[in-house]
Amino acid sequence: MFKLSIVTPEKIYRELEVNSIIAPGSEGYLGVLTNHAPLVTSLIPGKLTVKDKVNQEKIYSVSSGFLEVYKNQVTILADSIESPEDINKKRAQEALERAKKRLKSKDPTVDLPRASAAERRSLNRIKIHDSYIKRM
Amino acid sequence: MQALREIRRRIRTVQNTQQITKAMKMVAAARLKKAQSNVESSRPYAKKLDLLLKNLSRAKTSFYHPLFEKREKIKKTLLFLITSDRGLCGPFNANIFKEAKSFLEDYEKDQVGLVIVGKKGFNHFRREKWEIVQSYPGLEGKVTASQLKSITNILIELFLSNKYDQVYTLYTQFLNPATFKVTLEKFLNIEPENKEKKLQIDYIFEPNVEEIFDVLLPRYCINRVQMALFESFASEHGSRMTAMSAATKNAEEMIEELTLIRNKLRQAAITKEMLEIASGAEALKG
Repeated sequence: MFKLSIVTPEKIYRELEVNSIIAPGSEGYLGVLTNHAPLVTSLIPGKLTVKDKVNQEKIYSVSSGFLEVYKNQVTILADSIESPEDINKKRAQEALERAKKRLKSKDPTVDLPRASAAERRSLNRIKIHDSYIKRM
Repeated sequence: MQALREIRRRIRTVQNTQQITKAMKMVAAARLKKAQSNVESSRPYAKKLDLLLKNLSRAKTSFYHPLFEKREKIKKTLLFLITSDRGLCGPFNANIFKEAKSFLEDYEKDQVGLVIVGKKGFNHFRREKWEIVQSYPGLEGKVTASQLKSITNILIELFLSNKYDQVYTLYTQFLNPATFKVTLEKFLNIEPENKEKKLQIDYIFEPNVEEIFDVLLPRYCINRVQMALFESFASEHGSRMTAMSAATKNAEEMIEELTLIRNKLRQAAITKEMLEIASGAEALKG
């Protein structure tokens, strides 16, 4: 068991004891168990799976951020995080449309990396929303 | 009678002023509440980010990033300072100016550039003829994510392009609604505090140190600018609330004093009139 803190720029999102997590690292998904070696990685938009003390699984959608493991204390600094039921699908879809439009337009002032990041974020939200809300 | 009318007019004026200060106090209190919750809820993230950076500076892997670069020779210094757009907020701006003055004393005018948030600061330093590189008037206690990014990018850009060799921030830290602290901090180059490498941590970096810092440091800088702004906004409202509360109290005292004088004058006038009537009647009788 180890301690997990999830913090966003707005607030402390969760602080709890968990058995394991699987997080979307920039080099691919990575699992963290108790007594993991110290590690720092950046996160990309994806699915965060948390197994709590009684091995109950909980899914979150994270956008980019960081994950630090140090002495059985895992800190996730996420730009944004929400559980599937909190995802506003309509908003995500609108964001996706906007991002796609910006990517397609030939306007040279468009910030392409930013638009494609927005596209990835909203796609991730929609995916997680769709695959977990239906099951419930 | 002339004096009495004069006093009555003054009472009315003070009452009007009191109403304004009271309203301003209430507005400031409402804004303070929002600003305070903004500060307090974003502090944990800032703290964690700070801690992460401190931990990383203890990493065994050696690293280099241009934002860490300590320049040997400091030719030009950039000062980023946060003031308010509006006045009537007590010593809020004066305290910043005082601290800025003692900081700027060590420099010649051509060695320093200023980046200023707030109209008050802009006007003050333009009068004093310091070089203002960039100013942000009219934020009015609100800052959007893109504004935040552009402010931070300008600071980083000026440092990285070698135009400036160090960047300081000067802002008002919010301790509680009545206590504030003017704070001067080094912003760039970034100096992780843990210099004595007492306990090294053997971090695994994914993908590698450089890329982690590439993502982490801009965010860290944005966060520091954001915190400085949030702290200052909350302090401004707190300071204004205290000032307006004091003004309302002073007006109250003044009204009391003037009312006392008014009553005395009125009493005197009545007594005088009675005396006149009495003596007039006496004269008729006689």
